[in-house]
Amino acid sequence: MATKVPAALSPTGAVSPNAGPEGGAPPSQRSAVLRAVDRVGDFWIVGVLIVMVLAFGLKSPDHDLFTRASWLNTSDYAVEFLILAVVIITGGIDLSVGATLGFTGMVSAAVMQSMLNSHDNSLLTTVVGFAVALLLGAAVGFVNGYLITRLKLPPFIVTLGSLTAVGAAPALINGGNEVATLPSQLTTIGSTEIGGWVYVTVVIAAVVCIGMGFVLHRTRFGLRTYAIGSNNLGARRAGINVDAHLVSVYTISGVLGGLAGMMVTANFSVASPLAGTNDELNAIAAVVIGGASLFGGRGHMLGTVVGTFIIALLVTGLVLVGVSGSWQQVATGIIIVAAVAVDQVRLRLAER
Amino acid sequence: MSELEGSQPVAGERVPVIATRGITKHFGSVQALRGVDLEVYGGEVLGLVGDNGAGKSTLVNILSGAFQPNSGSMFVDGKQVTFGSSLEARRAGIETVYQDLSLAPDLSVWANIFLGREQTVNGPLRLVGWLDRKAMAREAEADLERTRIRIGSVKALAGRLSGGQRQAIAVGRAVAWGSKVLLMDEPTAALGVEQQAKVGELVRSVSDQGVPVLLISHNLPQIHALCDRVLVLFQGRVVADLRPADVSVEEIVSWITGASLAATTASVGALVRGADHDGDAGYDGGPGHDRGPGSGGGPGNDGD
Repeated sequence: MATKVPAALSPTGAVSPNAGPEGGAPPSQRSAVLRAVDRVGDFWIVGVLIVMVLAFGLKSPDHDLFTRASWLNTSDYAVEFLILAVVIITGGIDLSVGATLGFTGMVSAAVMQSMLNSHDNSLLTTVVGFAVALLLGAAVGFVNGYLITRLKLPPFIVTLGSLTAVGAAPALINGGNEVATLPSQLTTIGSTEIGGWVYVTVVIAAVVCIGMGFVLHRTRFGLRTYAIGSNNLGARRAGINVDAHLVSVYTISGVLGGLAGMMVTANFSVASPLAGTNDELNAIAAVVIGGASLFGGRGHMLGTVVGTFIIALLVTGLVLVGVSGSWQQVATGIIIVAAVAVDQVRLRLAER
Repeated sequence: MSELEGSQPVAGERVPVIATRGITKHFGSVQALRGVDLEVYGGEVLGLVGDNGAGKSTLVNILSGAFQPNSGSMFVDGKQVTFGSSLEARRAGIETVYQDLSLAPDLSVWANIFLGREQTVNGPLRLVGWLDRKAMAREAEADLERTRIRIGSVKALAGRLSGGQRQAIAVGRAVAWGSKVLLMDEPTAALGVEQQAKVGELVRSVSDQGVPVLLISHNLPQIHALCDRVLVLFQGRVVADLRPADVSVEEIVSWITGASLAATTASVGALVRGADHDGDAGYDGGPGHDRGPGSGGGPGNDGD
């Protein structure tokens, strides 16, 4: 009975000098270790980010990395990558994110160009441009979701198909040339700093990130997203309309691809048929670095944001310090494997 | 014997929580069920046994709404029902604890309990489906407490719990939703001896609360120890309605393999078919093969 007293006290009394050496409750001690391992695991990837920011920042000429302009592409990536975390949590994959970005960006730019050539209402043109990009993105995502749920095709195959088909489409638009005739409102969005401090596109990205974080972690939609990835059949038995849920997830993925397409166009003041090329691999890397499991059920928004920063940093930072883009891919590859390896070790420790 | 006889009319008047009449189901040319009649009464633990291919899982899938029968009818509390999906069966109060438990290992215990029936907050955030996490965690804790199920924290991830604890959550979830009847499909197949005993306690505590349990299992000693009645399925039919108090495990086995059936076919084959309604069918001559769950220690006691 004497040993029971500290055991019972230790969970509540955090610091209990008496209980310490005599071994307070073994279970609570163990869970404290587990919690510590969990925290170190989360911290690890943030630490990598901080070290990278410092290293690249100090190495880059005139500390360019610390200027706001260097972070513009991070906002595009965030809008494009974060929804992939949601798709992956359902146990699926969307390889068509980059292709959707490029396709919607080009089509909406081509539409805006022809509108500008025939009349001069550039505000209406901008609005139509956004509508075209978002609707087109939604269409791509809906078709992906429909094929995956109705025809029961693997997400990998369906979105590989759309990556290939949709990804080739921009080359067929405007003769495969860049579109630079854009409404002034759109290019203003890309260059305006609110309060002389943050770019509009960065604000859009922040709103999307925070919104998705809350949806994923605080709403029924988010909970069911995890449930579907964690146990698809169980979710169906629980009365969740899994197919409808998946169709909406892929559709939202497409819509955000369209939004990212508009943001890239706005940031560069030009729509390029090459925009978004190969982004799918960076997107998967960001999500996996962020702690998501490709088997579904696991992952979170904050981790994905950190993963996105790391990828964006590799893309921007290595260019700034004058390293070839190929090294960026080498570094990305190493970080992906390292991140997953650390995650696995954490899991194994946690299950012990 | 007289006591048993005396309890019969009471049992006969009681309305079964679920009943089926002449349920058939075929898959292509395979006739899985050939007209199944069964009744499950309040508070009883009813075992359903049979060899592989006897139709057990088909029957469970029909009762839980996953399959639709080709013919026959189902009744809940005496009212005829049809289930187009497992959700409809759940709405009618038939909860199933699946063999795989149907838990999401990456979700917390409370999230698993509320899965598909999540509570949202009041106010404008309700429109976006904002979860009332605190309320659900609180209620989950109370639900598990009520079923005398001990889980460290309802915030723990289901996947990090032991097999017995996971089983307890699956049962607790089914009971928490006010089920009228609990179907348990092979609940102990993947468990160790100690945890099997825990599941036995769970089954008992559920039936003690008046909720009948239909237990499907290969574990005959456990069936024998836990159940008030045991139905034996053989080639798509209920061939025997036994009371473990009166028969041995070996006798149950001989019904499962069809040996007892073969032995009685010549004389009372027709009676056996109707054993669960017609009272003294007389197969293997034992006493108490009366209709329903009317045995002394059985659910006859809690029928107010």
